[in-house]
Amino acid sequence: MKTFPIGGIHPSDNKQYSKGAAIERFPLPKVVVIPLAQHIGAPAVACVAKGDKVLAGQVIGTAGGFVSSNIHSSVSGTVTAVDAKADAQGLMKPCVTIAVEGDEWVEGVDLSDTLIKNINLEAKDIVAKVTEMGIVGMGGATFPTHVKLSVPPGKKAECLIINAVECEPYLTADYRVMLEKGEELLVGARILAKAIGVDKIYIGVENNKPDAIAALKKLAATYVEIEVVPLKMRYPQGGEKQLIAAVTGRQVPSGGLPIDVGAVVQNVGTALAVYEAVMKNKPLVERVVTVTGSTLASPKNLLVRVGTPMSELIEYCGGLEGVGKVVAGGPMMGRAVSNIDAPVTKGTSGVLLIPTAESLRQKPDTCIRCAKCVEACPMGLEPYLLSKMSKKEMYDECESHNIADCIECGCCTFSCPAYLPLLDWLRIGKGEVMKRMRARAAAKK
Amino acid sequence: MGNLLYTVLVISGLGALLALLLFLVAKKFKVEEDPRIDEVEKKLPGANCGGCGFAGCRGMAEALVKEDDISSLYCPVGGGECMKLIAAYLGKVAAEKEPQVAVVRCAGSCENRPRTNVYDGATSCAVAASLYAGNTGCAFGCIGLGDCVAKCDFGALKMNPETGLPEVDEEKCTACGACVKACPKIVIELRKKAPKGRKIYVSCVNKDKGAVARKACKVACIGCGKCAKVCAHGAITVENNLAYIDYTKCKFCRKCVAECPTGAIVEFGFPARKPAAEVKPEAPKAAPAPEKVEAPKAEVNVEVKETAKTE
Ligand code: SF4
Ligand code: SF4
Ligand code: SF4
Ligand code: SF4
Repeated sequence: MKTFPIGGIHPSDNKQYSKGAAIERFPLPKVVVIPLAQHIGAPAVACVAKGDKVLAGQVIGTAGGFVSSNIHSSVSGTVTAVDAKADAQGLMKPCVTIAVEGDEWVEGVDLSDTLIKNINLEAKDIVAKVTEMGIVGMGGATFPTHVKLSVPPGKKAECLIINAVECEPYLTADYRVMLEKGEELLVGARILAKAIGVDKIYIGVENNKPDAIAALKKLAATYVEIEVVPLKMRYPQGGEKQLIAAVTGRQVPSGGLPIDVGAVVQNVGTALAVYEAVMKNKPLVERVVTVTGSTLASPKNLLVRVGTPMSELIEYCGGLEGVGKVVAGGPMMGRAVSNIDAPVTKGTSGVLLIPTAESLRQKPDTCIRCAKCVEACPMGLEPYLLSKMSKKEMYDECESHNIADCIECGCCTFSCPAYLPLLDWLRIGKGEVMKRMRARAAAKK
Repeated sequence: MGNLLYTVLVISGLGALLALLLFLVAKKFKVEEDPRIDEVEKKLPGANCGGCGFAGCRGMAEALVKEDDISSLYCPVGGGECMKLIAAYLGKVAAEKEPQVAVVRCAGSCENRPRTNVYDGATSCAVAASLYAGNTGCAFGCIGLGDCVAKCDFGALKMNPETGLPEVDEEKCTACGACVKACPKIVIELRKKAPKGRKIYVSCVNKDKGAVARKACKVACIGCGKCAKVCAHGAITVENNLAYIDYTKCKFCRKCVAECPTGAIVEFGFPARKPAAEVKPEAPKAAPAPEKVEAPKAEVNVEVKETAKTE
């Protein structure tokens, strides 16, 4: 069975908690707080003011540039504030707060379950629609989808890869979508393929989800261009570069982009959102969120409106008892949450509750040069060295040792027997090196 | 025996020959360096701290000799004295700067600013600051992981385990600015060094609205502007809910300190004031006086303690 060539780890997948729970619609909250920056790139610019009445699906923030995204209201009601609110990390970010009154949608949105298969739009119209509907990568990186669909001149896309790996332990949102919305997902994938002009679609699924593989294979039988590729379970297979290597055997060069080897990768959630945007005219205002953890009475996969406070989801699934740490996203790449009243955003794939006993890291010791981190790194880096260099502010050396290639997967920190916070330091060095690289690129222009 | 003598002779001869060669080469390729650089370097403190912006004192000495106009060069460690000496030696005009000292503008001790979560990542303010707002309700204040302490080459900073905040030793601080650069929260500032260690400044960097700031920290500046109103010298400005005292205008009248409702403005190095009626100035360790309900006043007690120490 296929997988990526170097590094990687095998954390226990812990999907058993929420895997059997069918997607459930979370009741409308009373108030939603919708951040204007839910994506990588420039924040959107608010186009509503306090006191305005808004409908669900109405644009409340317009994209602040090409690498940016529109923000739509997820509910109907009255805008009560346009100001800064604390995000999950406690940092103040511009947000639109709306008091919910009923659930009225803007005209033209098709909320029915009817499946539409015929793709009538042309490639450029699809991209325009995706831009308008504020679609971003929903695997967690939240890169605006229309940017990825705009293949740069001189480059040619050869295949589309749907990232259905969900290699993060605990999370089951994508898995449930594959089981319950398989048809829509495949149509979404075909829309994406048409947008970038390719006729080959791979769907990479890890073999810890045999039922999803079987279900997708059955549905895909009617489409010649779609191939479901089972992959051997291994973290971080969902990393773009790892997935491309696993599925096609091609290596994205250091510092390069997937398009350099002719691949475009899109996540399952994104494909579904694209289907809804293009076929149903529905902007990205809700998403499936896995709320899980060993302490929870009833872990669930919830269909949640963007802007709903995470605390309400936690309450709904059994509360905070015995919980020491809350993580937005998965345990590997997710971020600890210091403000649980922060809203669910387009990128919130899960809310993970970690029991008190497991919530704190072990005390770090000194590096014993076992090279476990080197072995685990899927990018072929030397994390023990890079983290030291970064700590010592040796940024030139960091750069020459390719720190910018780090995908922040955390495999190194996970494998270190001395419990060193390797990635913590790597991130600092990477940030500094990227800053320098950008400054150089700007100076060249 | 003959063999040994022969060996010794050959080796010594060879040595002498090579030494001569080296001497000649050194003579021929000698880099002419301004001898004044060495002299100037000797006059610099030799701390190699980088406070001047050069990698070390040598770099600074070279620049001082080379540049005609040295008014932009300044060694904070040596200070005005040292610069004057060097300028006199080189026949140039030295920059004049008031002596400065590092000041930690945060009083968010564990008591004043309750911790709201536990941070267990790498022990570094820079790392913590890149991850989130911090382990208190205040996203602006000191994180307390000591990046500044680690960067101080002069041992002038140390962490107070009780408050969780760094403290500056005025005697040792050379105003090199390394801590200012190291702090990701811009908590540390270089301010004018006054006689007797006198200082008045807003010990807060919180730019949140008053209510939010106050909730996060008992001694936060709430941006009420009372201090700015009471200041007769126009030294105080309030911007983004935060007051700032311009030390070039401040006349040390201490009116603002008395006016601030939260105790965010602190004073050091002054004699205890009479009307404040500290009940027992001799017993500063005692609990806050009973009639004082507000905690900020307790902070005043702490100041008195400091005063007693510095005087
Ligand atoms: S976080 Fe970076 S350095 Fe560590 S294993 Fe992942 S890619 Fe390698
Ligand atoms: S895994 Fe940890 S102990 Fe082993 S070499 Fe890497 S940093 Fe050192
Ligand atoms: S306290 Fe700061 S300015 Fe003063 S000597 Fe130390 S690092 Fe330099
Ligand atoms: S003053 Fe700045 S560098 Fe020093 S401990 Fe506080 S946050 Fe860290």
